[in-house]
Amino acid sequence: MEYSQQWIAFTTILRKEIKRFARIWVQTLLPPVITMALYFVIFGKLIGGRIGDMGGFSYIQFVAPGLIMMAVLTNSYANVVSSFFSAKFQRSIEEVLVSPTPNYVILLGYTMGGVARGLCVGFLVTLMSLIFTHLHIHSWLITITIVFLTSMLFSLAGFINAVYANTFDDVSIVPTFILTPLTYFGGVFYSISMLPEIWQHISRLNPILHMVNAFRYGILGVSDINIVHAILGLSLGVVILFAISLHLLKTGKRLRA
Amino acid sequence: MSAALSIRNLTKVYNNKLEALKGISLDVMPGDFFAVLGPNGAGKSTTIGIISSLVRKTAGDVKIFGVDIDTNFSEAKKFLGVVPQEFNFSMFEKVEDIVLQQAGYYGLPREYAKTQTEKYLKKLNLWDKRNTPARMLSGGMKRRLMIARALVHEPKLLILDEPTAGVDIELRRSMWDFLREINEAGTTIILTTHYLEEAESLCRNVAIIDKGLLVKNTSVKNLLQGLNKEVFIFDTATDLPTEFSIAGFDIEKIDMHSFEIQVDKGQTLNAVFSALTEQNISIISMRNKANRLEEMFISMIAQSGSNQAASKKGGQ
Repeated sequence: MEYSQQWIAFTTILRKEIKRFARIWVQTLLPPVITMALYFVIFGKLIGGRIGDMGGFSYIQFVAPGLIMMAVLTNSYANVVSSFFSAKFQRSIEEVLVSPTPNYVILLGYTMGGVARGLCVGFLVTLMSLIFTHLHIHSWLITITIVFLTSMLFSLAGFINAVYANTFDDVSIVPTFILTPLTYFGGVFYSISMLPEIWQHISRLNPILHMVNAFRYGILGVSDINIVHAILGLSLGVVILFAISLHLLKTGKRLRA
Repeated sequence: MSAALSIRNLTKVYNNKLEALKGISLDVMPGDFFAVLGPNGAGKSTTIGIISSLVRKTAGDVKIFGVDIDTNFSEAKKFLGVVPQEFNFSMFEKVEDIVLQQAGYYGLPREYAKTQTEKYLKKLNLWDKRNTPARMLSGGMKRRLMIARALVHEPKLLILDEPTAGVDIELRRSMWDFLREINEAGTTIILTTHYLEEAESLCRNVAIIDKGLLVKNTSVKNLLQGLNKEVFIFDTATDLPTEFSIAGFDIEKIDMHSFEIQVDKGQTLNAVFSALTEQNISIISMRNKANRLEEMFISMIAQSGSNQAASKKGGQ
């Protein structure tokens, strides 16, 4: 397949994915905005006022980047896992599997679909956060790089989950039992400098902590972790998950009999 | 000239150790209308699955218009359009989007893809339903949607896995007409079917598969010539005599106005008509008692079963 045809196949998958989450916006775009609005009201306004400053910023300003990042990563993951699994479940995935579209184009199409939803939700949550607080971007480059890499990483993770999933229960296990705890312990609501030293070390093993802090650095200019290490780690994670996903497609794991 | 489809020693053993294909070899020439027949579990869908990349083969070679699927599957797939047995599209998407997306997966530029989508949705009488979600279509419409989707990139080889299963007679006939039309326009067609009448009516060549083995690969004409006997039913305008017979033929009277007659290989219907004329019996109509290919198919499958049982016994 020529590169121009591969590009058409890629945009076809991406367009289909964007249409899918836009068609069901009440299920895909609205809930994260409402959930995050509740976080802003409760943790930002009601409780945050009593907590005081954190990292040199008001509590609501401190949690805003973390909440935006939380929305981005959960929605990137949810988009790919639900879309790819339902395509597998309905067997509509066969449409693209029987076509000459190369595996890496299929993977990129679904991954960018997840990134599109993650960024879309991130944008909406950011807009909504401006109702509650003022945000000044410290570094556009770091902010955009981190949000894009994080969204891509979680889209790829969602893809791997979808490949292995046999039932709709399997689709919700990882977000419920792994993603949510890691996100809540990932420094969204607190700085790890508040923790005892041993828990600070343990927290550093949590990849979401690095993403949240790197994103927070991009917006506020403060971080608990090394930004360069975070970007390198994220990039490496994307490369590894991309290679695993591509291998799964190539071998036809749970896709081809 | 390369065969449209060339299969050599194709075998498939599933993870549960089921040996679905045991070394099938066959060729389908360009322009052919080819039937693959076999009972349930014979290996027809596995063969199609391997050709279309949805099933991984255990061993053997498959070439589509000379392109080996092991060395250049992407190129080979361009020649191929597949209509599966089960509905395999998103039920939530609109008819037009489903076909348009398929065109995109084959790299057709957007504007051309739209033209092609309109062309095939119109040909299959689905243009009025283009904005309808697929789940709202009737069973026959869903089947036509899969055909439109498979044709949108104008494949040289179209494979249909039981395309008329569960489709009413009128629609089946119109689908036959459509398939004949695209075959005459140059598309090679392979179809698997349970309706043996369908194979007899549409196809020039046939392969019969049973228990993963190729039982027969010949023309439909040759296959039918292999029939040793045929049974016809005659309806008469005049009353049949009480002692009714025709010399040289086995006859069974059904009632006063109809009878069954067995015509063996070498005998002709002319002899029957001459005898009836001599007896002043007028004929209103005549028909085969059973589908000819069906009789042949059943006898072949029975023979294949006994052959396999014998070879198994001999091997023990």
